[in-house]
Amino acid sequence: MTDLIGVAVLVGLLALLQWPLGTLLARAATSTRHLRVERAVYRVVGVAPDAQQSTRSYAGAVVAFSTLGVVLLTAILLMNRALPFSEGTAGMGFAGALSTAISFVTNTNWQWYSGEVALGYTAQAAGLTVQNFLSAAVGIAVAFVLVRALAAHRSATLGNFWVDITRITVRVLLPIAAVSAVLLIAGGVIQTLADPTTVTGVTGAAQTLPGGPVATQEAIKQLGTNGGGFFNANAAHPFENPTAWTNLLSMVLMLAIPFSLPRALGLILGNRRQGYAVLGAMTTLWVASAGLLIWAEHAAGGLAPTAAGAALEGKETRFGLTASALYAASTTGTSTGSVNAMHDSLTAPGGLIASASMGLGEIAPGGVGSGLYGMLVIAILAVFLAGLMVGRTPEIYGKRIRAAAMTRVALYTVATPVLVLAGFAATMAIPSLHSAVTQDGAHGVSSALYAYLSAGNNNGSAFGSFDSSGTPQLLLMGAVMLLGRFLPMLLVISLAGVLAREPRVPAGAGTMRTDGPLFTVLLVGVAVVVALLTYAPALALGPIAESLA
Amino acid sequence: MTTSFLAQLRDALPLAVRKMSPKALIDAPVMLVVWAGAALTTVACLVTPSVFAVSITLWLWGTVFLAAMSEAIAEGRGRAQAAALRALREDLSARLLGEGDERIVPASQLRPGDVVRVSAGQVIPADGDVIDGAATVDESAVTGESAPVIRESGGDRSSVTGGTRVLSDQIDVRVTAASGESFVDRMIALVEGAERTRTPNEIALGILLSALTLVFLVVVALLPAMSEGAGGGAIPLVTLVALLVCLIPTTIGALLPAIGIAGMNRLLARNVLATSGRAVEAAGDVDVLLLDKTGTITLGDRQARRLIPAGDEREEDLARAARLASLADHTPEGRSIVTLVDGLTGDAAVAPADAIVVPFSATTRMSGVDIPGPAGMSVRKGAASAVRAWAGGDLPRDVDDAVRRVSREGATALVVARRLTDRPVEVMGVIALEDIVKEGLPARFAEVRAMGISTVMATGDNLLTAQAIGRQAGIDDVLAEATPEDKIARIRHEQSAGRLVAMTGDGTNDAPALAQADVGVAMNSGTAAAKEAASMVDLDSDPSKLIDIVDVGKRLLVTRGALTTFSIANDVAKYFAILPALFAATIPGLASLNIMGLATPESAVLSAVIFNALVIVALVPLALRGARFRPASADVLLRRNLLTYGLGGLIAPFVGIALIDLVVRHIPGIGA
Repeated sequence: MTDLIGVAVLVGLLALLQWPLGTLLARAATSTRHLRVERAVYRVVGVAPDAQQSTRSYAGAVVAFSTLGVVLLTAILLMNRALPFSEGTAGMGFAGALSTAISFVTNTNWQWYSGEVALGYTAQAAGLTVQNFLSAAVGIAVAFVLVRALAAHRSATLGNFWVDITRITVRVLLPIAAVSAVLLIAGGVIQTLADPTTVTGVTGAAQTLPGGPVATQEAIKQLGTNGGGFFNANAAHPFENPTAWTNLLSMVLMLAIPFSLPRALGLILGNRRQGYAVLGAMTTLWVASAGLLIWAEHAAGGLAPTAAGAALEGKETRFGLTASALYAASTTGTSTGSVNAMHDSLTAPGGLIASASMGLGEIAPGGVGSGLYGMLVIAILAVFLAGLMVGRTPEIYGKRIRAAAMTRVALYTVATPVLVLAGFAATMAIPSLHSAVTQDGAHGVSSALYAYLSAGNNNGSAFGSFDSSGTPQLLLMGAVMLLGRFLPMLLVISLAGVLAREPRVPAGAGTMRTDGPLFTVLLVGVAVVVALLTYAPALALGPIAESLA
Repeated sequence: MTTSFLAQLRDALPLAVRKMSPKALIDAPVMLVVWAGAALTTVACLVTPSVFAVSITLWLWGTVFLAAMSEAIAEGRGRAQAAALRALREDLSARLLGEGDERIVPASQLRPGDVVRVSAGQVIPADGDVIDGAATVDESAVTGESAPVIRESGGDRSSVTGGTRVLSDQIDVRVTAASGESFVDRMIALVEGAERTRTPNEIALGILLSALTLVFLVVVALLPAMSEGAGGGAIPLVTLVALLVCLIPTTIGALLPAIGIAGMNRLLARNVLATSGRAVEAAGDVDVLLLDKTGTITLGDRQARRLIPAGDEREEDLARAARLASLADHTPEGRSIVTLVDGLTGDAAVAPADAIVVPFSATTRMSGVDIPGPAGMSVRKGAASAVRAWAGGDLPRDVDDAVRRVSREGATALVVARRLTDRPVEVMGVIALEDIVKEGLPARFAEVRAMGISTVMATGDNLLTAQAIGRQAGIDDVLAEATPEDKIARIRHEQSAGRLVAMTGDGTNDAPALAQADVGVAMNSGTAAAKEAASMVDLDSDPSKLIDIVDVGKRLLVTRGALTTFSIANDVAKYFAILPALFAATIPGLASLNIMGLATPESAVLSAVIFNALVIVALVPLALRGARFRPASADVLLRRNLLTYGLGGLIAPFVGIALIDLVVRHIPGIGA
C-alpha cells in the first residue's frame, strides 16, 4: 500500500511540475528578451544574441561545442592527479579518459570505472558535473530547434545555439539544480571537500569512506538525465541517495524536464492539446514499462526469492522492490542511467523490460530534449503512415511531410538500431570484445545487448557483469555513444531546417488530428512496433531466452 | 474468374517476365532485395539441395514474379486503350492551306501554325483551334461520348482534337501541336505508363520502405554473428534469406507501381486525362475547390421566372414590352423570357416588320427594338444601372426595391423600360431571371465539406446574387464580380496560406489561373490554351467532375497508406513464426512463442514465405480497385483504416500462416 502511495505521489508531483516547468521551457525557447547574466555571458563569449543561425551554422555550433567539450574533459580527466583535491585517486589512461569524456558529453554517462577510486573532487565537479549541465543543455537546445521549426512558417533560420544553451543553463538547469542540491543535502546527501574519513566498522576492521561534493553533482545528474554517479554504486550508495525521500526526489528530478517538454511543445505550437497527445504517449509507455517491471520483480519465483520473501538480490532494502523497479523503469525510460538497484540482478523479465525500454529509443519520456525530439520523429513516422490512410499528403502540425523530411526521419530511425546491433554483434563475435561478457549463457548475452542498447541510446546504465574496461570495448563503446548521440541530433537539426522552410498549413476537417487520444494510441503503437521489429531477434537471444528458460 | 481476366493474365505474362530482370527492378529496392535473396538461395539449392531449400527458393522467385505480374496487369489495362487510340492517327492526310492554294500532305508533316481545311466526313489531322467556320464534330473516338459537339471559331469552343471526325460543314484549323506531341499522343503515352514518373508522395514512401529494408538487412546480416556468439547456433543461409524477405515490406513494395498505374486508369475510366501522376496525387490534397458558377453549379442558362410590374403598370403591358424587347434576342435567356410571357398572356405579339432590332452591346448593356413612326416606341431591357442611364434619372423606388429583392434571392433582375415617341422613358418593371442549381449538388458539396475541402464559387454576378446562389447550392464562399485576375489573386491568396487549390476552366482567359492552381482541370470543349495550362483535361467537359477527381486522388493515397500499414503490421506475426524456428534446437525455451502451433521449423519458415507471397496476390484487387474511400472526417477515416489495415494486418498473418502450415506440414522433408 505504501508502495502505491509512493507511485501516486511521484505521478502527482510530476503532473504539478510539468505545468510551470513547461511554461518556463517554452519561454526559454521563444523569448526575445535577455537576462542581465545572459547578456554578460554573450559579451564574454562574443556572441550576437539576436543573430539567427541557418541549419548548417546551428549544426556546426553543436558539433564544435561538443568537440571542444570532449577535448577539454579528456584533458581534465588525464590531469586528474595534478588537480587540487585529487585525494590520491588513480586517474585514467587515454582510452579510458576519451571514452569517459565522450560518455559525459553525449549525456550517456556510461562509467567503466569506479568514480570514488578513479577521480578526485576537481575532475568530478569541474569536469564531469560541468558536462552534466552542458550536454543536457545541448539536448534541450536541439529539441527547441525542432519545435520552433514546426511552429515556423517559411523560415530559413533555426534560432541561435549559443543563446539556447545559455538560457537553458541559466534559466532552467542552474536554478533547479541549486534548489535540488539543497533539498538533497537536507535529505542527507553529503556535500564536502574534506578528505576521506577512516572509520572502524562493526567487524572491527578499519574502513575508508570517501566523501566529496556529491549533492551538487547528484542534482544535475538526475535533472539533466545524465546518470553518472559520484560513487560506483551510483544512487544505490547511501551517500548519494540515503532515504526513500531522496529516492523520490531523484525520480522527480530525472522525469521532470522530459515530462514538461510536451507542454512547451503545445505552448509554442499554440495548441496545448498537441502537447498533451505527446505527453500521453510518453506517459503510457512509461507507465507500461514501470508496471511491467514492478510486476516482474514482485512475481519472481525461484529458491532465493522465495527464501528471502522477495527478489531482493542487488536491491536496497531501504527502497524495497517497488521503488527499485519504478526507479529502473524511470532511469531506462529517461536515458538517465543512474541506478538505485543493480540491473544485473533484476529478474530476467525485469531485465527484458529495462532493455526494451531503452530500445524504444529513449522516448518514454526520454532524455532531456532527446526524448521530445525522438518522440517527434516517431510522430512524423506515425503521421506519414496514418496520414496517407486519410487520403492526403501527410502533415504534422501543419507541415507537409515530403521526401526531404522523410529521408531524415528514415535515417534517424535506422541510425540507432544499426549502431546498437552492430556493437552487440561485434561483441558477440569478436573475442577481444567478447571478453567483456563475464557471465555464461543467455544472461551474458543480455548483459552485452543491454550495454549497447544503453550506449547507442545514451542511457548509461549497465549490467554490472559487463566489464567494458578493456581498450577495444572502451573505444567501440565510445564510438557507439558518439554516433548514437550526434547522428540522430544532426539529422534532427537537418529535419528542422527542412520543416522550418515549409509553410504552416491551417488544419481543416480533412487534416489528420494530432491532438487527440487516437494519435496518442498511434504514437505508442508505432514506437512499440518499430522497436519490436528491429530488436526482436537480438532480444530473443538474450533476455527473452533468459525469461523463457 | 472470367475468360477476359484469364486473357488479361495471358497478355500480361510476357511483360511480367521482362519486369523480373534486376535492371527493371532498380527503382524498386524492396523487390531487388527479394531478387538477390532468391538468387542466393538458388545457389544454396545447387550446393546442398533439400526439399526445404528448393521450396523456399521457388516461392521467393514466385514472390518476384507476382510483384512483376501485378504491375504488368495494371499496365495491361491501359494498353488496350492505347491501341485503339493509336488506330486514330494512322495514315491521316491533311489539306494544308497555303497562299491561295491547297495541298494534300501527310498529317505527320504538319507543324504548329499550319492551317488546314477539314470538311464534312473528314478526320481532323491534328490538334488545333478553329479559326474560321463552325462544324459539328464526332469526338467519340477520344471521349467515348457519342453525341456530336459544335466547334466554331472564336470563343471558348474553338479547340479540336486530332483524330476526331467532322460531321457537317467545313472548318479551317490552325494546328497547335506537332505530330507526336498531340493530345492523342500524350494520351497514348499516359495510358501505356511510358511517361510514368514517380510522384512526390511515392518518393517519400519509397524512402521509408528503403530505410525499413536497410534496417532488416542489417538485422539479418548481423544475426549469424549474434546467434553464434550467443549460443543460438549457426543459421542456414536459406532460412536467413527467408527471414529477410518476410520482414522487408514486400507487400507494399510489390504493389506500389500497380497502385499508381491503377489510379491513373481510374481517372481515365472517368474520362479525365491527367498530364502526370503528380496531378492525381495533388488532387487528393486539395483544400479549396474554385468552381465557376455557370455550367458547374448552375445549369448553363438563367431562366425567366417572374415579372414584377412597376407601381401602376399593368402586368400585361410589362409582359408585352418584355416580349418585344426579347423577340430578336436568341440567347437562352431571351428565349426563356418569350416562353414565360407566352405562358402568361397567351398573346403572341409580333414585332412590326419595320422594327429595328437593337442587339446587346457592351457599351449600352441593353437590348431591345425601335419601332419607328408616330405610334412607334423604343423598348429596352437590361441591367438596372444600364436602364437607369438610359432613363436619365433614378428608377422608381418600388422598381429599385424589386431589383434588390430579386438580387438577394440569387436571381438576376432585368429592368424593362419603353419610350413612346416624344415621351419620357417609362420604367415598366422587372424580369427575374433565375439560376437553376444543378440537381444533387448540395449533397455533393456536403460530402466535400466532410472531407475538409471548402468550396468557392466564382461568378460575374454581384455579391448579393452570388451569395444567394451560394446558399442554395451549399457553397462556402463566393467570389463575386470575378475577373480572371480576381481568380488568380484568390488562388494565390489560398496558396500563400498553404492551401492547395483546384479549379476548372475552359476559356483562354482561364489559362493563367489554371496554370496557377495546384490542380487545374480544363474542359475538353475549351480552348487549346486552357488545355495546355491545365494539369488535367476532362473529356466530358463536366466541371463538377472535379469532385470525382479529388476522390480518385484520395483513394490513391489511402491505398498506399493502407497497404504499407498492413505490410508492416504483418511482420509481428512473421517474427512469432520464424524466431522460435530459428533457435528451435539451441534455445528450446523460445518454443513457447510458437503460438500458432506450427509443425516444424521448416514448415514454419516455409509457411511464412508462402503467406508473404500469397498476400500479394490477395491484395492485387485492392491495389487495382483502390481502398474504399467514403467522404468523412480524417478522424473517422483514420480510426476505420487503422482497425482494418493496422489491426487486420496484425491478426491476418497469424491465421494465414497457421492455415498454410496445416497444408505444408504434409510435404515430406518439411513436415517431419
